[in-house]
Amino acid sequence: MEPLTWFGAYATGFGSLLAIAITIAVICGLCAMLLSLTSSSTSGSFSLFNGIAVVVLMIVGFSYVYATVTGGAGGGLDSGSLGKILALLLGLALFAAMLGYFMNTFFDDPAATMGYVFVLALKVIGLLVAAWLVWTLLFAGAGFRDYVAGLDPDTMPDAETLAAEKRIAVMQGRGIIASIFMRFMPVWTSLALLFTVSMFYKRKLGLYGKLYDNIIGMIGFGLVMFWVFTAFYSGFFEMIATHGALDQASGMKNKLPGTPLRGAEAHEYPFYLLGGDNLARDVFSRMVMGSGIVILIAPLATLFAFMVGITLGLPAGYFSGPALNSVKSYGAIATAAVFAVIVVYTLATSGFMNALIFATVLGIMFALLFKTTLDTALSFLANLILAFPVILLFYLLVTPEIVKTGLPQYMAVVLFAFPMIFVGVLLHSRLRTQPAKNKLWLSVWLIPMFLLYMSTINTAGSKIDFWPLDFFDIPGGILVVFVSVVFVNSPTVFRIVRGLALDINSRDYVAAAQTRGEGPWYIMLWEILPNARGPLIVDFCLRIGYTTILLGTLGFFGLGLPPESPDWGSTINDGRKLLMIYPHPALPPAFALLSLVLGLNLLADGLREESLKD
Amino acid sequence: MGLFILRRLGVMLLTALCLTFVVFFLTNLYPNLEKLAKTQGNFRMSDEQVESYLGSRGYLQPLPRKYAEWLGLAPGYVSKDTEGNTVGRCIRSGVEPDKAPTRCGILQGDWGFSTVFKDNVSSIIATRLGLTAKLMLFVMLLMVPSALIIGVLAGMREGSRTDRTLSTLSIATTATPEYVSGVIFIALLASSRFGVSPMLAEAGLIEGKTLFKGTATSAMESANFQNFFLPVLTISLYGMGYIARMTRASMAEVMTAQYIRTARLKGVSFRNIVMKHALRNALIAPFTVIMLQIPWLLNGVVIVETLFNYKGFGWTLVQAAGNNDIELLLGVSVVSVFVVLITQLLSDIGYVFLNPRIRIS
Repeated sequence: MEPLTWFGAYATGFGSLLAIAITIAVICGLCAMLLSLTSSSTSGSFSLFNGIAVVVLMIVGFSYVYATVTGGAGGGLDSGSLGKILALLLGLALFAAMLGYFMNTFFDDPAATMGYVFVLALKVIGLLVAAWLVWTLLFAGAGFRDYVAGLDPDTMPDAETLAAEKRIAVMQGRGIIASIFMRFMPVWTSLALLFTVSMFYKRKLGLYGKLYDNIIGMIGFGLVMFWVFTAFYSGFFEMIATHGALDQASGMKNKLPGTPLRGAEAHEYPFYLLGGDNLARDVFSRMVMGSGIVILIAPLATLFAFMVGITLGLPAGYFSGPALNSVKSYGAIATAAVFAVIVVYTLATSGFMNALIFATVLGIMFALLFKTTLDTALSFLANLILAFPVILLFYLLVTPEIVKTGLPQYMAVVLFAFPMIFVGVLLHSRLRTQPAKNKLWLSVWLIPMFLLYMSTINTAGSKIDFWPLDFFDIPGGILVVFVSVVFVNSPTVFRIVRGLALDINSRDYVAAAQTRGEGPWYIMLWEILPNARGPLIVDFCLRIGYTTILLGTLGFFGLGLPPESPDWGSTINDGRKLLMIYPHPALPPAFALLSLVLGLNLLADGLREESLKD
Repeated sequence: MGLFILRRLGVMLLTALCLTFVVFFLTNLYPNLEKLAKTQGNFRMSDEQVESYLGSRGYLQPLPRKYAEWLGLAPGYVSKDTEGNTVGRCIRSGVEPDKAPTRCGILQGDWGFSTVFKDNVSSIIATRLGLTAKLMLFVMLLMVPSALIIGVLAGMREGSRTDRTLSTLSIATTATPEYVSGVIFIALLASSRFGVSPMLAEAGLIEGKTLFKGTATSAMESANFQNFFLPVLTISLYGMGYIARMTRASMAEVMTAQYIRTARLKGVSFRNIVMKHALRNALIAPFTVIMLQIPWLLNGVVIVETLFNYKGFGWTLVQAAGNNDIELLLGVSVVSVFVVLITQLLSDIGYVFLNPRIRIS
């Protein structure tokens, strides 16, 4: 069986047209850029020359600095290549002068003209690609129809064989890219539906609707939703991936994209669309399956980090007095209780001397809390975590040895409690004056959350294993990854929330609420927080992207998730060992990660622009 | 000002103490020590053997005591080995037990002994840090000017097509972590079978098989364009976008200031407005960002050094952490913590010097 080509049977005609369009686009785009960079006045020729000369001279200068600093061993440019570069520069100058003269004679504003042609060429490229795709999808089976028509009726194979042959022939007509496009069909349909409906009702949808006025934001949202839908369909319906994430096929080790699967059964997909990796698994399917892990963990971890950051950042920005003002306050009693638990725990596990030292240190800290503000204390802690290089922290927290000590679970106990605290305080501060309603809402929210919390932290056969109602166990690898990502992200969120709270503190509506006699938590959660939502939403998008990068980093160093897991970081790590000989296993997950993070950043940018407009 | 710096130094010291204690605590958890014993001794040790191995080297003392030994506040651990020789923390091979100092810690200038590299931590860190400094120097040389140029070009005409293009470009670079861009660069430029190199080699434009080298190991002795450019580019790209965006924001803000309008109305040419009036004030904010970017670069350095096999500081961190080399890891974290805190301090001080409107009281 022939392997698939990238562009299918109809590539040649479109290919040459596309090449022409791309060439025009690149040349005009560069010209327009250089012309508009320097000055779009009529002296276009020298501007163009200036632009090119500055770039070339920068490169030459850089290589010279390079050569002098490194000692010159093969570093800088020898006189021969310098001569070549200068000659090239001269040639370019001549060309630029001629081009500029030519353009100035014919156009009033060369930069604008070039820009216009550039945009036109881009549109032509888009049209060509679309036309190629439609053409290929429509006529992919044409060759096979001719073949069947030319068959001798006597030696005609049976219908089953014909169907199988047709399937393969159609795929070969499509090529790799169009086949991948077809695999993503459910995603395209959902995206089209989502965008049409949202465009139709965009005036009624608030900030989300405004996103559709912003082309950058729309592209970003499209990229993000693409991966969300991909994760959804591949995770719940097993739709997009062609093979299993762990299926190995004989003879497919390190095979190039489009290689046919040897001895494929009728129900199996007959090709490895993006090739096989070093364990003969399908790269395309692993990339698709990997999206599920990222789409599940990254937003959730960011949400938890926001809960932690908000719950700690608001009081840090709001309260200005000492952290603990009297020994009898709730805060003081709670802190003392936490410290006492730590001391008792140390006493039980590592002896009297350690406990004594811990008790002294914690006692001093407790005394200090009556002197310093909550802000100082929490900011010191946040800066402490931020001063750690992230990767060192990961190496210290995310190893099988640390999982064995139960440390991630203890951290989960603390970090996962924050959503409960947040929701509890949120509801209680609002409904304090209506006890009946308060009790109802608190129980409706907190009981399920508590059950979830307990079954999350309670895992059979680990350090925390006492709770009878354990509905599910999170695998140690995922829990430790989740906890450490939340841990790394929360100090930054804390700092942002604290800054926003400090800023909003001086507004009139806060003063009004204080005069009304509202409690501090009501003011923080129902006055300050809603008014800080704009920057927080934007940062939430950015932070999901950053969390995705962190997850990838963890995978890249082979930490946390099991090595056979299809998440993008681990796959890149797998692929990089043979990168120079077989780049194809590492590139698809790399581009997938890039597109998701890029989408989130563009989305954040669009949201920021739109929220600043009103 | 002097008081401010002193207070910051005090906080810095406290932070460093807390952080090293955290590192110390995590590396001294029993499963980690067990791993250390098994990698140093042999992998088939029984539990009792592990215990006696750790006990004879003083690893099973109480944690604060060990930390004090590392700091040099408490005398180093001493015991007899099976042959009756005196061994201890401060007694290195080739030194007589009587002549060895009783205390050996940070305060005595002794950073300990690396169990992976079998060498003094201070000398390992010094050489590795030198290699990373070389990498960082070139990253700065490439990243800072290009980021500033991109930012200024984008910010001088806010909302123009140039601005939109360059802004989107800088968003794209911040969205590309080092392990993604590095992998793409290697596949595209340093692979002898795919990407640009085979085409160029066929056309006779390059001498070797590939345009760039995919490993930077040879750059440790003699760095040249071929083996050093890709790692430098990979690190700088990720940081570049952020600095460029900050510069753009700052430039755009300055361009709307009153004095720029005055200059325009006086008839000063656009180029002169940008070069003489706007640029100086617009570059204050990026300065802080550049200084604060250095700790982030440290992260990139770890990834890139691992990816390109350049045996610098980041590579050492990975080796130390992967093998639970306690004292090396502590040294590494002290250095990185000080890098972070000193850059913060410098950015604060520099900001005051650059912007006379700010006073520190």
